[in-house]
Amino acid sequence: MKTLLKYLKPYYVRMLCGFLIKVTGTVSELFLPYILTHILHTVILSQNVFDIVFWGLLMILCAGIACICNIIANRMAASVSRDYAQKIRHDLFNKTLRLSARQTDSFTVASLESRITNDTYNIHHFVGMMQRMGVRAPIMLIGGITITMIMDSFLSLVMLVSMPLLFIAVYLVSKNGIPLYAKVQTAVDSMVRVVREDAQGIRVIKALSKDKYEHSRFNKVNNTLVKREKTAGIVMGSVHPIMNLFMNMGIVCVIALSASRVTNRLSNPETVIAFMQYFTQISMSMMVMSRMFTMASKCMASANRIEEVLICEDTLIEKSKSDFPDNEVENAIEFSNVSFSYQGQKNDLENISFTLKKGESLGIIGATGSGKSTLIKLLLRFYDVDKGNVYINGEDIRTINREKLYSLFGTVMQNDFIYNDTIMENIRFGREISDEDIYKASKIAQADSFINDFSDGYSRILSQKGTNVSGGQKQRILISRALAANPSILVLDDSSSALDYKTEAALRKALRENLSDTVFVNVAQRVSAVKDCDLILVLDEGRIIGKGTHEFLMLSCSEYKQINDSQSGGAFVE
Amino acid sequence: MLNKKIKFSIFIRLINYVLKSWPLFILAVIMTLLSNQLALLGPKYSGDAIDAIALDSGVNFAVVTDSVIKMLVCYILSAALSYLLSIVMINISQKVVYTMRKQLFEKLTSLPIGYFDTTATGDIISRISYDIDTVNASLSHDLVQVMTSLYTVIGSLVFMWNISKPMIIIFVITVPISILFTKYRSKKVRPHFQLRSKKLGELNGYAEEMLSGGRTIQVYHRENEIGSRFDKRNDEAMKAYFKAEYYASAMGPSVNFINNLSISLVMILGGILFMYSSTGVVRSGSLFFITLGGVAQFVQYSRKFAGPINEFANILHEFQSAFSAAERVFRIIDENPEKPDGQDALSLCEVNGEVELIDVSFGYDNSREILHSINFKAKKGQTVAIVGPTGAGKTTVINLLMRFYDVKNGRITVDGISNDSIKREDLRKAYTMVLQDTWLFHGTVFENVAYGKENATLDEVISACKAARIHYYIEHLPDGYNTVLSDDGVNISKGQKQLITIARAMLSDAPMLILDEATSNVDSRTEIQIQEALSSLMKGRTCFVIAHRLSTIKNADNIIVIDKGEIIEQGNHSELLSLGGFYSKLYNSQYD
Repeated sequence: MKTLLKYLKPYYVRMLCGFLIKVTGTVSELFLPYILTHILHTVILSQNVFDIVFWGLLMILCAGIACICNIIANRMAASVSRDYAQKIRHDLFNKTLRLSARQTDSFTVASLESRITNDTYNIHHFVGMMQRMGVRAPIMLIGGITITMIMDSFLSLVMLVSMPLLFIAVYLVSKNGIPLYAKVQTAVDSMVRVVREDAQGIRVIKALSKDKYEHSRFNKVNNTLVKREKTAGIVMGSVHPIMNLFMNMGIVCVIALSASRVTNRLSNPETVIAFMQYFTQISMSMMVMSRMFTMASKCMASANRIEEVLICEDTLIEKSKSDFPDNEVENAIEFSNVSFSYQGQKNDLENISFTLKKGESLGIIGATGSGKSTLIKLLLRFYDVDKGNVYINGEDIRTINREKLYSLFGTVMQNDFIYNDTIMENIRFGREISDEDIYKASKIAQADSFINDFSDGYSRILSQKGTNVSGGQKQRILISRALAANPSILVLDDSSSALDYKTEAALRKALRENLSDTVFVNVAQRVSAVKDCDLILVLDEGRIIGKGTHEFLMLSCSEYKQINDSQSGGAFVE
Repeated sequence: MLNKKIKFSIFIRLINYVLKSWPLFILAVIMTLLSNQLALLGPKYSGDAIDAIALDSGVNFAVVTDSVIKMLVCYILSAALSYLLSIVMINISQKVVYTMRKQLFEKLTSLPIGYFDTTATGDIISRISYDIDTVNASLSHDLVQVMTSLYTVIGSLVFMWNISKPMIIIFVITVPISILFTKYRSKKVRPHFQLRSKKLGELNGYAEEMLSGGRTIQVYHRENEIGSRFDKRNDEAMKAYFKAEYYASAMGPSVNFINNLSISLVMILGGILFMYSSTGVVRSGSLFFITLGGVAQFVQYSRKFAGPINEFANILHEFQSAFSAAERVFRIIDENPEKPDGQDALSLCEVNGEVELIDVSFGYDNSREILHSINFKAKKGQTVAIVGPTGAGKTTVINLLMRFYDVKNGRITVDGISNDSIKREDLRKAYTMVLQDTWLFHGTVFENVAYGKENATLDEVISACKAARIHYYIEHLPDGYNTVLSDDGVNISKGQKQLITIARAMLSDAPMLILDEATSNVDSRTEIQIQEALSSLMKGRTCFVIAHRLSTIKNADNIIVIDKGEIIEQGNHSELLSLGGFYSKLYNSQYD
């Protein structure tokens, strides 16, 4: 909450101006019932039609002022909340992009998304509302009470007694109602889940003729949803009748009590008419305020969720060389006794050591869950090692400036990121790279030919996640991206798996010919993809169980040989 | 936009849903009328009371007491009735929504596979959730609102007419202003709101897309670049948001102004009339006579009168969107289901497992044929491997075997009986499938495996899982076989998911088996482990296998090589190698 309030600071002056204008508008509106009583009570006695018209026009003038002031103030409020939300969203998005892998894991991507979209929207909406209604309602309330106090303090007190009751009633109902809507939401989620599952699994359902079963499964969630919606609706449906009842009860009380006061000459009937007006206004403000309170609690939750992200500390900062000195030998990549664990319990990687010199290639192979991708994540410093050191060009990875570090790499991760833009742009990825370099990279990646087969070539628009190209084409575009900036380290994490054998062989050949200085790290499932590497690591449950060249491993590592034999040459067709 | 005729038919259909609970609906109508009548009587009695207070001869307590009691009764009853009304309406609308969702869902499961292949899941979901919600809101809220509004407008007009006919003239001025303003509002403001939603949607979409590539952006150090692209969209969205708010912010104050204007006019005209009435210039009974209470009543009724008129445009708009939403829902409900089985469709009892494709041609749409005269035969217990590049039509063959689609020409026979004269359920149950896309639903591991066989026991499930080499893994899950599989729950890899679907297939005793890239999500070492399980699954069954691993293909009795929808080669491994064609080229390329 604090942090987000700080974001409001630059707008204090504008908000104050808006506030004053709003007050002017609201106060002039408050005068209307007063003038009304004045006309009925005093002006009429003058028997002068022009006086009545004059005061009537004055009412219209007040109404006009109120209207104009409110419009101006609302627009100012809108501009403040726009600037505010824009700034927050900007900072939030930028912060999110810079979160470490560990932080992203703990927030989850879905939750981060909803913080940028939903929560920011809530805040935006609320800050706007607050300036409009949040100012108007209390002024209406206080102003109304003040004026009625002056007119007839006794009747005013009668009114005041019913106010807190109204407020509490509405507040309680909403407070109880909102959790009910949260329950409705979870029921909606399960309903949607069943629909999604069935739409995706329709083949299996039809194959097993499970439609009756699915109908009953859906019926269950449908029933729950309906039940919860009913409960929530019935609870929240009482708000309006309750409010109307309280409001009207107040009016009845005022009328009943004023009868005796008029007899005792303590009040006059015209005042009663004004009171009825004020009462309506005051009750409305009460309603608005109780709604604001429930909205505020919702907004508070959003604010806290945003704040959690904004105040996240940068964990993967550059450390000093005195704590993490350079290695004596300047290898391109060196892992020395590296251990690492995601959860801090069981080691996901244990005691990993290897070295690679400039121009050498490394192949990593092993079962799913053996730690191949984890190793790559440490190499890219998504996480810091728990034990041991990762050296790049002799420097401990923790001491290398991020920009400098990442400028060394060209990386393709598993199921890597393709976004809705042209092929050209997906390869360039917002970097300053000439068209020639891009063509060159995609030629090496074996992508150039199929891209040119598209009618619109490199300007073909890829859909989100690249669903409009095949898996193999996607991987070749991603490899082009990795190659485009002439990286000194090329990392491919299981990213040629969808290529058919021929294409993969051609790719390996092209990489060998064109990137003689580049360190090449290739994670793969197939032996064929790694067998030419200078060094191959066989991983199993986070440990190295085989290390050496293909020929060496075929003799020394039974697991490696087993994989090789089972693939008997590898994948056959795409 | 929908044309009038369609709108009308949608309206009739919706009303039909509502009328299914007609006793409740009639009750609702009666309650609406009563509750509003009572609410309208309130101001009348308050006017009477004020008149009784304002008497020159002093307060008439009897009349005041009488009016006050009447007011109390009216308001309490009105509140109670309107609450009951909302409960009744919730019941009606929930019944409607329940039925609509049920119909929609049951229709979905009866639709041909082709529907799901061409319709985005998100689209279906938005219809069953968002669109039905919109209909619901409109039914439970707007329907009452319209009835109430109509009654209130007419009722207050009648009351005002009774109080003072000349003062009705005021509305000749204010109502047209309201209407003009409403028109302005829908013309000027709505497009801005549409733009606002669109821009916000784009912004959110961009944020979601980029966050899904968060790691990649970091690895290429593109945070600044992507950040500035986001800023551009943020800026556009905020501008659109502001534009919409800019115009919308005039709304509330303007409506207020119109209300206040009519009250001011009521005061001017009413004040003058009251002045002449109270001084006796206009006598009681005259058209122009008005009392103090009359003025008070008039002010209250004019407020009541103005409310619905201001709201009218909003309600109209909500009805519009409800109609479009209902139309989208009905469109699915009206889709053609899978052609039902013919009257004379045969049941399959003992299936031998002999399958033959005779001159089969097929295209997903009429303009483009995917398969051209395919002929091949699988004898009982044989394994047929289907090989070919992506897009050659391999999966299409599977779709036809399962009769997810009907062939265009030619026929497919099972044990010599043509596919389309067999009951669909029987035909499909004769096959068991393991597909590349693993499909698990939100439920326990047991439920997911047992899905393959009706009334499967735990023992059967366990032995299937053992055969699929997944038993050990399941045993070590927090709740074993009762562990609930969900997106945010246990971390389960693609390979393990695939093993569970293999276990599911193990349970089935169908005589024919389809493996469509069944091991593509499993790494080599695990594959070796389950290969044995798969071979026992294949034993004795007629198998159709699509695979990219050579080991599976090599042992097949018959290898069908498909390219561009045609069978170009057919035979076993050694036959095809000696043929020296497409297959042998592919095979040899791995030794290049």
